[in-house]
Amino acid sequence: MTPIPRRARRPMSQPAAAVAAAASGGLSRRALLGTGVAAGAGLALTGCAPPPPPSGGAAALELPEDVSSTEKILKWANWTAYLDMNGKETRSPTLTAFEQQTGIEVSYSEDIDDNDSYYAKIGPQLRAGQSIDRDIITLTDWMAARVIRDQLCQPLELIQMPNVVGNLLQPLKDVSFDPGRNHSITWQSGFAGIGYNRDEVGRELRSLDDLWTEDLKGRIVVLSEFRDTAGLVMQSQGVDISSGWGRAEFESALDFIEQKIEEGYIRKVKGNSYMEDLTSGNAVAGITWSGDIFVLAFDTGNPSWTFTIPESGGTLWSDNLMVPITSTHRSNAQRLMDYYYDPAVAAQVAAWVNYVCPVDGAQAEMEKIDPELAESQWIFPTAEFIADSNIQQFRVLDADEDIEFADLWSTKVMGN
Amino acid sequence: MSALAHAAAPAGAPAPAAQETAKRSWTAYLLLLPGALWLGVFFVLPLVQLASVSLQSRYPGFPGYYYRDLNVENYLRALTDYAPHFARSFLYAGLATLLAFVVAYPLAYAMAFKAGRWRNLMMICVVAPFFTSFILRTFAWSQILADEGWVAGTLEALHLLPGGHIINTPVAVVAGLTYNFLPFMVLPIYASLERADPRVIEAGGDLYANGFTTFRTVTLPMSMPGVLAGTLLTFIPAAGDFVNMELLGPQRGKMVGNVINDQFLAIPGGYPVAAALSFTLMAAILAMVFLYVRRFGTEELV
Repeated sequence: MTPIPRRARRPMSQPAAAVAAAASGGLSRRALLGTGVAAGAGLALTGCAPPPPPSGGAAALELPEDVSSTEKILKWANWTAYLDMNGKETRSPTLTAFEQQTGIEVSYSEDIDDNDSYYAKIGPQLRAGQSIDRDIITLTDWMAARVIRDQLCQPLELIQMPNVVGNLLQPLKDVSFDPGRNHSITWQSGFAGIGYNRDEVGRELRSLDDLWTEDLKGRIVVLSEFRDTAGLVMQSQGVDISSGWGRAEFESALDFIEQKIEEGYIRKVKGNSYMEDLTSGNAVAGITWSGDIFVLAFDTGNPSWTFTIPESGGTLWSDNLMVPITSTHRSNAQRLMDYYYDPAVAAQVAAWVNYVCPVDGAQAEMEKIDPELAESQWIFPTAEFIADSNIQQFRVLDADEDIEFADLWSTKVMGN
Repeated sequence: MSALAHAAAPAGAPAPAAQETAKRSWTAYLLLLPGALWLGVFFVLPLVQLASVSLQSRYPGFPGYYYRDLNVENYLRALTDYAPHFARSFLYAGLATLLAFVVAYPLAYAMAFKAGRWRNLMMICVVAPFFTSFILRTFAWSQILADEGWVAGTLEALHLLPGGHIINTPVAVVAGLTYNFLPFMVLPIYASLERADPRVIEAGGDLYANGFTTFRTVTLPMSMPGVLAGTLLTFIPAAGDFVNMELLGPQRGKMVGNVINDQFLAIPGGYPVAAALSFTLMAAILAMVFLYVRRFGTEELV
């Protein structure tokens, strides 16, 4: 028998240890019987002890073979209204140009409606090592953090992406969930703040406290994305949401939101469908995302839809392009990421989606397309604007907090 | 039993009649096969899987990972933390069933006995909503009942709207449930009324029963199989529904379907509790249906 090296051996579970000890003569038969009974009872009560940690991470070491050179295809999952589209057609001009330039056929699908539900769908498949039939997925920072932590995405070869390396905005080069950007590349960013109809409200809303008034009672919606809603409330309670807070601060914000729901100020806590409440007039103000309000103003032709960052601060989030662990077209994906970091291309996208552009040099290109948009703080915010408005990023949660806070949010705020 | 006996008969000299029966039995089993396979693959297997998930535990430190276990705590949580949600689900589903019955019976009665040549048109009107998706129809209600909509406007003008709005109240949820499952109530009742012999009802009158007594002692009992089927078809899906609560309901006081949805999709590591909730809901509905059928059941369910 070859001796097993000590370090590779897993610690034995309690009953197993007892059996081993008895076998080596360390325990009397009666003691073993006692342990066995106790272990049996324990097993019946609590089930088995956790098995060794899941091997999700191991997959990262065995990347699937990249067949990009022979299969010139790429499948991209993105959110709705998140890429430039030309009028009636559902084809993106920049994407068509990319196909002509590289010969890679891109199938673009607006699969993602919500981080949680999308990840609930693909997560188990990725963990089981199955293909999800997508080569690029687009997920928000915190969800990207979870995917990276679970090692369900492929490392990216930055050396193959000179545009990304050269043009990614400096603050985005080193984000907390992906130091060095080896696993994710920013697609677009946006703000959460107060969105409202100035005509209906009849005044300017400057802080969160302006929302809790009698005339707006029951006409306010807030986002079900807790990093934005709880984040804004925490900021109004004087918390620096980017670091150094814990469960107590989070719970106090949730208590506040819960109270506002019970008192009838907040009517609904919703996902992206809060737009319908704003359109139908059930709600006239709320905690919203920047781009949506500009789209609402454009779609309804009503310029009184206003977006503002509350005085106490707002949140800044980003959505990130990632290559799922089972994709076999990493090189194709990297070419696409690099393509969209060409400032001229990025400006074309930004002019359409109206979200924060993460590409250095796009502002100069935007001058050629629309000088007015080139000045917009909502697309090209300056460092002073971010600092002066106290715009922060919600800190990364660790695995336990991730579950704990989602549970808290679900029971206290979502009413489940 | 006899099929097995025949199959085991000596192959040498089977009686012609027995051979015939054996052949027929095999055909019967073969015909059962697709159905049984379908049930096995799409009902029994998922059910076993769900049962196993409902007893699993969250893997500490790895959200979204589980390990096999006998974690009965999932069921304890489902029964204690979420008891109010179960209660609400059954209350709203019960109210919706009752309302649907009140609306559906006269409608089905009219279709069966009074409609004449309008019968087919009425039938189409009852079935037509099925041509659009369930979610779209509920969305439409959220627009109709909206604060700026005419329903809320009219009620407000008549001072019949104490809270100021209809949408996002339990009233809207029950109304939505009633509307969405109404055809499931109308059709079975109509089917059993339509089969009823009008001469039997006439006989009630001939025996000096007044209209109400005839209805109570003749018409209603004849339609009971339809009523029973209709109430089951309405109550069961309504109790598990989450769409109406999501789109028409208030922020506070969700139904159990919403909790299951949230546990499955929004909470990393929520699968076991969601599975336990689903199982509990299924068991509760099964028990209620069992008692209900024992109490009111007839020989046939339409």
